[in-house]
Amino acid sequence: MHGNQDRQGYLGRALNWKKGLIVGLIFIGLHFLPWTLAPQWVHIMIMIFLFTVMGQGWNILGGYAGQFSFGHALFFGLGAYTSTLMFIHWGLSPWIGIFFSCFIGIMMGLFVGYLSFRYGLTGPFFALIMLAFAEIFHMISISWKAVGAALGLLIPLKGTSIALMQFVDKKPFYFITLWMMAGALYLIWRIEKSRMGLYFLAVREDSDAAEALGVNTFRYKMIAMTISAGLTSIGGTIYAQYLLYIDPDMTFGVLNSVEIMIRPIIGGPGTVLGPLLGSLVLTPLAEFTRLAFQSYSGVYLMIYGMILVAVIIFLPDGLIGFAKAIIHKIRREAR
Amino acid sequence: MNLTYIVQSLLDGLLLGGVYSLVAVGLSLIFGVMKVINFAHGALMMLGMYCTYWAFSLLHIDPYASILITIPVLFIVGVCFQKFLINPIIDAPEHNQLLLTLGVSLFLENLVVFLWSPDYRVVKTPYEFVYFYFGDLSISLLRFLAFCLAMLVAFVVYLVLTKTDLGKAIRAATEEPRGALLMGINVRRIYWITFGIGAACAGVAGTAVAPFFPVYPTVGGIFVITAFMVVVLGGMGSVVGAFIGGLIIGVADSMGGLFFPGAMKHLISFIIFILILLFRPTGLVGSTK
Repeated sequence: MHGNQDRQGYLGRALNWKKGLIVGLIFIGLHFLPWTLAPQWVHIMIMIFLFTVMGQGWNILGGYAGQFSFGHALFFGLGAYTSTLMFIHWGLSPWIGIFFSCFIGIMMGLFVGYLSFRYGLTGPFFALIMLAFAEIFHMISISWKAVGAALGLLIPLKGTSIALMQFVDKKPFYFITLWMMAGALYLIWRIEKSRMGLYFLAVREDSDAAEALGVNTFRYKMIAMTISAGLTSIGGTIYAQYLLYIDPDMTFGVLNSVEIMIRPIIGGPGTVLGPLLGSLVLTPLAEFTRLAFQSYSGVYLMIYGMILVAVIIFLPDGLIGFAKAIIHKIRREAR
Repeated sequence: MNLTYIVQSLLDGLLLGGVYSLVAVGLSLIFGVMKVINFAHGALMMLGMYCTYWAFSLLHIDPYASILITIPVLFIVGVCFQKFLINPIIDAPEHNQLLLTLGVSLFLENLVVFLWSPDYRVVKTPYEFVYFYFGDLSISLLRFLAFCLAMLVAFVVYLVLTKTDLGKAIRAATEEPRGALLMGINVRRIYWITFGIGAACAGVAGTAVAPFFPVYPTVGGIFVITAFMVVVLGGMGSVVGAFIGGLIIGVADSMGGLFFPGAMKHLISFIIFILILLFRPTGLVGSTK
């Protein structure tokens, strides 16, 4: 998963106008898509966009800065519960709640990050500590009556209202998640091109060497954690508003951490387009196998497992790495 | 809250802690030798539980006698797991191995859902409700047997590691793989034997709890997180540490059950886990680095 300069990401260099035009046209074209698709496909597109946003959240910490998290459900759950509780108890609009979600997610991220990075916990130890924090919140949310306990929380639907981020139709969520995804992709692209992006890579490739060369590795790990926690908690809020229902398992559960991290890992960690590609492949797969094998709802996880094993063994750089290798090969043969 | 309650839950915690110990011994052994954190350990334990369940319901074999089936089956599963999946990426970064075992765990658990449905199954033994009484204290026979079985197997593993040539080779491969290789030890062979032993430990732990624990595909999830805590507490790679850690976490869980409701009973052990990770990542006993 670690490579040379060549893998600075698919969009790593400056875009030329041709590529910019193509990206722009695709983005505009996506705005017309919901009118041509069946509702079920609109749902799948929303899931693709949303999990790309959270995948980018995981990616900045796990893919770029190399701090592997096994518990991003922690931020997702905090985001979902914060805005939902504020809406239910105080009637606060999720548009404002989303800032609180983001704030609480980031505070939690900085807390966990401060504890672990200060003591130099990395690799599997950091992965396990994230898992442990997510599990603690899982247990609390299961047992605490005030946050709905194991039954979860139902968000009362008050009809279509832009101010309350509630829509009977799926299309508005399509646009919200589409723009969020575009924003997240742009953010990660800019970071990758910046000096900070290079520091992240330095921390990932060799933390000690980076420190010796004067990079404040603790600081950059904390910055990566901030962006990561923020993006993931925003995703949690949107998810809660979209489904109008949250429970402890689907927010803080281990499987949700897996859902968030598996897309960037399979797509290509440490790349701008990796999480998007992983999401494009896995989300429809999960939704369709879920529909096809309703009584055996675990089948999609079985396929996840197989894909994960195959990708780790055969394509350690993810689908993006694979695609790039093929393009290189074709170009070399053409010459 | 009187003293009897506390002593009773101490006792219960100690008995279940024995099983945690055995799960953790397998996990720690695998980590010590290969530096692989096996996320699929809970799934292997679940397979052990299903072995016992099927041996009991189809062949009418006593659950405790079914270790004669569980041990070889899980040993072979472990060996195949190591040979075909872990071995190709043994030199990859640690998190890749973690992800691989996570993939295997997802696969195994949901394969079982697919084959045998997610229903809860129960192994009903005739001696299910036998209890021993000591004054106000009571001990369930099943839990006592589970504890004894786990202790016995953990002790056998310990003897193998300390007293046999194989154990010497395993310890050598743990300390210094390259040196062991130069001394003529077939390190690859040690790797798959170790993984087989680790998997068999998980399987026996599954067998031990099957008579008093529901058998279902994701049951391993409860145990694997606990086992991680135990291994970290005892020191990654230390078998003795895992053994002691298991008893401590078992007691911490049941003490937690006295003070916190429902699922919160694990809170104490989680806090211990985080504190240990932060302040003494090498564990209480200290590990072979």
